[in-house]
Parts: sequence; structure tokens; C-alpha cells
Amino acid sequence: MSALLAARNVTKTYGGVVANRNVSLSVPRGAIVGLIGPNGSGKTTLFSCVAGSHPIDSGSIVFDGAEISRKRPAEVARLGLLRTFQRTRVYGRMSCMQNMVVSAPRARETLRAMFSRSSLESSGRAEELLEFVGLHGKRFLRAGELSFGQQKLLELAMALMNEPKLLLLDEPTAGINPTLINGLVDRLRRANRELGVTLLVIEHNMRVITALAGYVYCLAHGELLAEGPPVALQHDPRVLDAYLGTH
Amino acid sequence: MTSGVARRGAELGVLALGVAAPWLAPAWVTQLAFLWLMVLFALTWDVVGGQMGYNSFGNVLFFGLGAYATSLLQRGSHLGYYASLFLGMGLSAVIAVAAAALLGPLILDMRGHYFAIATLGLGVAAAELFAAWEWVGGGSGILPALPPGTVPERNRFFYYVLFGLALATFLTLRWAYRTRFGLVINAIRDDEAKAEAMGLHTTRYKVAAWMLSALFLGLAGGPVAGLAGFVDPRDLAFAGSTFGVWMVLMAILGGKGTLWGPVVGAVIFHAVQEAFWTFLLGWQRVALGALIVAIVVFFPEGIMGWLRARNPGWFGEVVEEPRRGGAQP
Repeated sequence: MSALLAARNVTKTYGGVVANRNVSLSVPRGAIVGLIGPNGSGKTTLFSCVAGSHPIDSGSIVFDGAEISRKRPAEVARLGLLRTFQRTRVYGRMSCMQNMVVSAPRARETLRAMFSRSSLESSGRAEELLEFVGLHGKRFLRAGELSFGQQKLLELAMALMNEPKLLLLDEPTAGINPTLINGLVDRLRRANRELGVTLLVIEHNMRVITALAGYVYCLAHGELLAEGPPVALQHDPRVLDAYLGTH
Repeated sequence: MTSGVARRGAELGVLALGVAAPWLAPAWVTQLAFLWLMVLFALTWDVVGGQMGYNSFGNVLFFGLGAYATSLLQRGSHLGYYASLFLGMGLSAVIAVAAAALLGPLILDMRGHYFAIATLGLGVAAAELFAAWEWVGGGSGILPALPPGTVPERNRFFYYVLFGLALATFLTLRWAYRTRFGLVINAIRDDEAKAEAMGLHTTRYKVAAWMLSALFLGLAGGPVAGLAGFVDPRDLAFAGSTFGVWMVLMAILGGKGTLWGPVVGAVIFHAVQEAFWTFLLGWQRVALGALIVAIVVFFPEGIMGWLRARNPGWFGEVVEEPRRGGAQP
């Protein structure tokens, strides 16, 4: 299996604070990879670096064979690498359907495409994906009026609408009703299997990460602490130390 | 379906009224012509300010460029009045759109208050530049060519030109808001960083929106100069403290980010303003100030926003549809 995403020695500092130091990880095509670590360990920073929101200080990030560490977020997204946000970000004053339709993939944006009535041709797919995340009945409601958990689901559906190759999910189950989490895990696996979307998932819920990911990286204090299959990591004393702080 | 018929009926009613108005109220033709200008102002401001969420205080720039370009071309050319007017309007449109295309990538990179302040500076700078430029008459401005015919005939002519422009603006925007363009500028309004993270070409859409706005403002400059009978940098062309502020207020009064809001807001604002001039002469500016405060305090979302909050169903919002395939378990 070739790596779809390969980060090599990524370092990112904010002033004197080192948020990521020499972090290397790779995500094989078609896989689901987990990223864990205590709060403040640099997981979201790494996502922001990969997605192009924060320029890195050194290192390289290769996605689908191309160096992306100097690209802007929109360019990275158009290559097929999307991220979702820990605090959800949806277009609050637009209906769920509009949120979906505007997320349809557009590699080239000609004047003609800008002023085309794209809504009708892609709305079938939008409805399918809203059905997929269980929001079909709410499709004509403003996205800002959804609950936090529903907005997370909408954000996932919007990302899938864009047909990414790699999707970075920042705590997809945080704030979601525990009874819905199983359903969400199942949907993420289906998205991976049926839609062919490779996933890199930040998650605190170990039950979710064990059920989802085949391989997990653990960050602590901005550095890569351990990696391996989730079950092995769960019993790794270094990982337990990092979370519980026994030293 | 009945709401569709009612809406079509209302639209035809407005259209018929617009065509017949100069004959129904001959004494009011100038005021009515300015009413359509206000509608055009509010609609074009709302493209960027309402639908895209970039509060611009400098849109009057494009109007002023149009007023000068048309008037100068008319004075310099040897064509007949109407030919030179329409040629001048075409030139104005090109200049205004080009100005938006050049300034857009620079200024639309700024967000929030920074954008508002930059655009405010743009309008003021244009007024001062033209006031200091002797070739265009400096501070006293220039006199545009006057159309042949009597004064009532001229006023009627400009009424129809401005009515046609306002109508064209409305129809163009109604079409554009239904395309992908409308969705993308709404997405930029709601969360621009998210729109970028989703790979949207945000800069391209932002500049296009400003160019669309500039197009109709540029076209309107020439006819208004003809109607007013003069072009002056501070009081007509780049009148930031009147036109520049009014276009913002009218859109907010009617409801930012809606198609009909700016139209409703412009009509109410213009009617109230005319009433103040007629009945409160001497106090009209105080009354206008009080009205502005009242608008911001009582209608922060505008008339259409106020209606929408009370009747979301009228605007196509559905909270929860019953599940397809019968009752829920």
C-alpha cells in the first residue's frame, strides 16, 4: 500500500512554543488512521499544518505524490484533502441543502460554472448524503439552528459531498449523544469502505478509536510518542503516562 | 401554488405602476426617478454588504466614476445627445467594473471592520481627488450635456432610464442569486474560513460580486448627472455622507441578504425622507438621524428579517419533515 499522506519531520512553533516537533506519520491509501494524545499535545495543530492553515517551520508534507506544505488551504482542499473542525463550522444562515449543494466539488471554476444553476443536478447526491447522516428531514432548516451534534453530522456530510481522497476528522464524536456514536462509527466505516475515503481521525474516545482505526499515532507535548495498532497502544505504559501523568 | 400566483401578480403590479407612474403623478417624476435610483443603490449594496457580508461604505465610488465618465464623454463627443449618453453609459460600465476588478483583490482581502474602513477611505479619497483635478472642473464640478426637449420631457426620459436600470438590476440579481454564485457568496458571509477550507475560490467570487455591483452603479451615474443637471465631486458623484450612507441604511431597513429587502427598504426610506423634507423642513436632518437610530435599534435584521423570524415557513424553512414511509416507531 502506498502512502496517501506522508508527513516528514514536521515542526511548527508559535513564538517560543513548540506545538509540533519532528512529527512524522503516514496514512496509507484506503486506511483509517487514528491520532490520539492528551489535550494540548499538538493534534489539531498538526491538522492545521497538513490542511495548509498554518505554514510549517520545517519538514515536508506530501499528499498524493505532491508537496503541499507551502499551499494555501483552498488549494489543498481542491487536491482532495479536507478537514472538519473541532468546533463545528457550517454555513449557519443557509439551509442544510444549500450547505450541501455549495460543497459539491469544483476543480475548475469558469465564469460559466460560477453562474450555472448547479443546485438541481447535484441535489440528488446532497439528499442521499443527508439521509446517510440522518438529517434528511431537516434539510430545509437553517444549519445554524441544528444542535451541536447535528452540525457535526452535517459537516461530515458536506465533506463527503466534496468527494475528498483524504478526510481529516477532528474529534468527530465529541458532543454527540452516546447512543448515536455507534451509528456514527458505522457511518465513518461505510464512508471509508463504500466511498473510498481515507480517514485520519483525532479522537479521545478509545472505544471509538479501537473500533475504527487499524493504526494509531500518539502525540504528547508536540512530539510523536508512540505508534502501533490501537490495542497495543492502549497498554503502552508511555501512552498511559502521557494521559494520566504518573511521572 | 397560490403564493406563486400572488407573487407574480404583485410583480406585474409593480411593473405596471412603474411604467404608468409619470402619467399618474406628473408633479413627482423627479422624486420617483430618484426612488428607482435608491432601489438600485440598495440592491447593488446588498450584493456585497448583505449577501456576502462585506459592509462596504465605498460603493458610491463606482457611481461617481459613472457620473464623470458619461458626462465627460458627452461633452467631448460630437454625437447626438442620446447616442453619446448611451455610449457614455457603456464606457462608464467598463470603467466601474474595471475599477472593481483592480481594487477588489486588494481590498476584499481585508475582513470585517478593516474592510469597512478601507472602503470608507476609498469613497472619500475619490471625492478629494476629483475635487482637486482641474481637468474635470475641480471642486465645482462640470455641467453635463442636457437632453433636447422641455424640462418635463427630460425628467420623464430619465425616469424611464432609471426605472429600466433598477428593473435590470433586480432581474439580474434575482437570476444570479439562484445560481452557484448566490450560494458561494452566502457561504462566504456565513464562514469564509470554512469556505476556503472546502476549496471554494473565494477571492474570485468576492471580486465578481463587487464587479456586478459596480456594473449597475456605473451605468446609473450618467443618467443621474443628467437628471440633476450637474456633476459635483462631493455632493453628487462621490456623495459618501448621503448616497453612500443611505445605500447601507436602506438595505438594512428592508433586510440585508434578501432580494426584496433592499427594494422595500429603499421605498420606505425614500418616502419617509421626502415627507421629512416636506413637513419638517429645517429639522429634516434631525428627523433622519432619529429614523436611522430607530432602524438600527428596532429592526436590526430589517423588515424581511423580522418577517422571517415570525414566519419561517414563508421563506421555505421547514423545521422537521415527517419521515417518509409513514409513522415513526
